[in-house]
Amino acid sequence: MAQKTVAGVNLEVTDDGYLVDSSQWTEEIAKEIATEENIELNDKHFEVIKFIRKNADSGLTIRKVGKSGIVDIKGFYDLFPGGPLKMSTKIAGIQKPTSCV
Amino acid sequence: MKKILILGAGTGGTIMANKLRKALDREEWDITIVDKHKTHYYQPGFLFIPFGIYNKQDVIKPKADFIPAGVNIIYSDIDKIVPENNKVLLEEGRVLNYDFLIVATGTRVDPTETPGLKDELWQKEIFDFYTVEGAVALREFFETWQGGRLVMNIAELPFKCPVAPLEFVFLADEYFTKAGIRDKVDIIYVTPLPGAFTKPKSTKMLGELLNEKNITVIPDFYLESVDNKEKKIKSYDGQEIPFDVLAIVPVNKGDDMIERSGMGDDLNFIPTDKHTLRSEKYENIFVLGDASNIPTSKAGSVVHFAADVLFDNIQCAIKGRELRAKFDGHANCYIETGFGKGSLIDFNYETEPLPGTYPLPGIGPFGLLQNTKMNHYGKVIFRWIYWHILLKGKELPIENEMTMAGKKR
Repeated sequence: MAQKTVAGVNLEVTDDGYLVDSSQWTEEIAKEIATEENIELNDKHFEVIKFIRKNADSGLTIRKVGKSGIVDIKGFYDLFPGGPLKMSTKIAGIQKPTSCV
Repeated sequence: MKKILILGAGTGGTIMANKLRKALDREEWDITIVDKHKTHYYQPGFLFIPFGIYNKQDVIKPKADFIPAGVNIIYSDIDKIVPENNKVLLEEGRVLNYDFLIVATGTRVDPTETPGLKDELWQKEIFDFYTVEGAVALREFFETWQGGRLVMNIAELPFKCPVAPLEFVFLADEYFTKAGIRDKVDIIYVTPLPGAFTKPKSTKMLGELLNEKNITVIPDFYLESVDNKEKKIKSYDGQEIPFDVLAIVPVNKGDDMIERSGMGDDLNFIPTDKHTLRSEKYENIFVLGDASNIPTSKAGSVVHFAADVLFDNIQCAIKGRELRAKFDGHANCYIETGFGKGSLIDFNYETEPLPGTYPLPGIGPFGLLQNTKMNHYGKVIFRWIYWHILLKGKELPIENEMTMAGKKR
């Protein structure tokens, strides 16, 4: 665990930069984390982020986001290049998705 | 007469039928179990078929041998569950009513979810080993294969028995070494996970073992499609990996019947309370094993531990009491690592696989996250335990709840 100041707020984050308390999340925080990842957030990003926050507890997968009606899987990769689920959950301020072993 | 209905006579359904019949008064409770297949498969054995270690005959027995007297067994397709009316519709209009329903219809592989997977190369140069047909076809292929690129890929999470593809590549390393062509075979492990496995300690241990055995790991690969012409798998972010033979874990889904019943999530797994194992939506429906969406491994050991919890909670539910037992997500998996050795992991919702000894602290005989001959014997003897003890719901000398005793952080 570590402390980090993001968008003027002092936050507790995990070693790989995920918010510990998801209720502290704001859109400003999202923008700043995204900038660190070289992503500039647009409306589409925020639609996806809202979906992700809403479904945080239901076993998120890339496929699930792809069926959300907001983006397809390719579109999800375009928005969050590299690891879309890892990246988008970090920006959405929820826990890193742990696939059950 | 009150009725308990169990859907699915696999590992979970069979264990529950045995436990409940023993415990409940026959004058008072009618127990019925429904499955479309008459054959029970010892699924952990499928892995050994491609390498000629087991035959088809080693992994099949009639389901009826394991269903106790006093339980009605019906072999039929299930059309759907109508939870609002406490009934299940079978094929040809047959209707079964229930007071309590246990859904144990498992998970299955669906290669049609990935474009190009079930195409011209299917079961010619592309194989799954989660069906007996796929495992047998792969064995025939391997018997005369001259070498090349063997790619093992996992299409989607979650999937049944998360250690199986690792065991597959370890056993392949041994098999081709013994066949004298290991130098002509590249083994490539391609996974959507960020490493060999999910949790840090086991990922490190297994990652080192893969490295030692000269098996290449390609992480963060999320399968989009298979190109049959060029023999490549393609990911959503444009990576392409060529193969000469592809072993695949196709997308796993719950039974189509769950979808027809409107009870599943996007992969047909039923939203289930991870501690009580009751359906999140219906008070008198319980979900056992792979059919549920609980965040632990889809595996026989989990079903076995969960069955103890479910048994307690059904007793509570039929007496109208609060559900007392809480499942902790306990899983216990032997991992074949080749050349007569094996490893073992033991974990739950909260605790990642840790090194140590099992089941007796400091003694074992099995070593957690260690690579030993004894662990391999554990896996070998497990087939006997499965047929003779586990399916019949008899006690094993291990606890259903995970313990920290014998584990080191």
